Amino acid sequence: MSDGKRLAVLGAGAVGGSVVELAAEYGHTVTAFADSASAVVDADGIDTAAALGSKAETGRVGTADPDAALDADYDVLVEATPTTLDDAEPGFSHVRDALERDRHVVLANKGPVAERYADLMALERESAGDVRFEATVGGAIPVLSTIEDLSPAHVTAARGVLNGTANFILSRMAAEGLGYEHVLAEAQDLGVAEADPSFDVDGTDAALKCVILSNVLADGDREYTLADADVEGIKNVPGSALELAAEDGQTIRLIGEATPDGARVSPRLVSQNAALAVTGTRNIVQLESEHAGQLNISGRGAGGPETASAVLADVGRLD
Amino acid sequence: MTETEAVPETDGGEQPKPHTIRLELADEPGQLLDALRPIAENGGNLLSIFHERGNLTPRGRIPVEVDLECLPDRFDAIVDALRAEGVNVIQAGAEHYGETVTVLLVGHLVDSDLSDTLRRIEQCSSASLSDISLSAPEGRDDVSSASLRLATYTGRTEDALEVVRKVAREKDLHVIEPLTEVSQ
Repeated sequence: MSDGKRLAVLGAGAVGGSVVELAAEYGHTVTAFADSASAVVDADGIDTAAALGSKAETGRVGTADPDAALDADYDVLVEATPTTLDDAEPGFSHVRDALERDRHVVLANKGPVAERYADLMALERESAGDVRFEATVGGAIPVLSTIEDLSPAHVTAARGVLNGTANFILSRMAAEGLGYEHVLAEAQDLGVAEADPSFDVDGTDAALKCVILSNVLADGDREYTLADADVEGIKNVPGSALELAAEDGQTIRLIGEATPDGARVSPRLVSQNAALAVTGTRNIVQLESEHAGQLNISGRGAGGPETASAVLADVGRLD
Repeated sequence: MTETEAVPETDGGEQPKPHTIRLELADEPGQLLDALRPIAENGGNLLSIFHERGNLTPRGRIPVEVDLECLPDRFDAIVDALRAEGVNVIQAGAEHYGETVTVLLVGHLVDSDLSDTLRRIEQCSSASLSDISLSAPEGRDDVSSASLRLATYTGRTEDALEVVRKVAREKDLHVIEPLTEVSQ
């Protein structure tokens, strides 16, 4: 176990908020915390309860300018702002700023890893700081650290269910014989799906995770972005398709596949008894390795404390 | 059969020839009997049956190997009769369909000429359509789904899937493919 670190946490959503809330439990000190409009900075450690209370009441974590968090004293920058595509800004600039200061970076934001992996790795090479991003794939599930332990060169493929919202919808449709629109509305009522669910049901979120996995498995030989992925969502899966699948002992899941040669997300037929046929919001990743055979790791793929635990595990892996 | 043994000649002077047929049966009572009846009824003479009960296929079915003899011109009729009875024939005579694969097609299947779709998949040299189920719950105006079971030559499943994808693209249908695990 490494020594306690000073953390600057950017992003005050479910993940960033949970990192701030749990940091002390893991022996770390939060010296800066920012949302898009404000920041709170204290080199001796911010009052985390006050900052989270302020966020809940006023929508702001503090009164300082958000850029103050980047200029603060810290060892590790935790980038937990919302995922953005294309140039992955402003997350990418936050990461660059930290690496140029020779600080470590831990990402929960998928954008910089999925859309600008080569740029990110180039910055890391020039920096004394390290970049880690366990939380970007599979939430609480230790996918990337498992691949790191096996060594990416010995993992030939990763596949699995990487989006809990899409999986909830498909498994409810299959179990209850309900249509897509009906189950989507139910998922929105339960808070499982967002008001605009397109990121999840169109397969984009799962594809970003697969692109990240392909980048890791390719190990620098090739760079992938979302544009390179072959993506199909679940909106075209009618109840009748799930019924036909069930007649044959099968079901349909939104499966992401990543290899060093590319990434693909599409609804696929899988046996109802298959390890990949998880139900509800559960995620699963199956790794094919050269010497260790097949590994299945399953768990919660989203959620504030769950994803924060992956962020804090990364912080713990830093020197 | 030894060479010295007399074989009765038939009208055309042809002699019965031995054949092996591989079937897959559901694990249900009566399935084996139902599979054997079309053989006898179409002029086949059963030589042996190897019912591999302990050896389930990946789809949970029981492989059965049937040795029979029949006149050359009866063999196709026997295989056709088996398929007409809904028996899953994996391999018959010279055909070596070593794998079965199920795909779903989703979309306006009827309006996009389902029989043409199936014919074009059947014409593909790598696959034979062994079963189809159609579900059109809302009538022909809404999207319907079809489950196609294809028997494919060993190692040619990807070729068969590519044909399905191509036909589906042209007709604006969606293909839900099976997850075939990478075997590299």
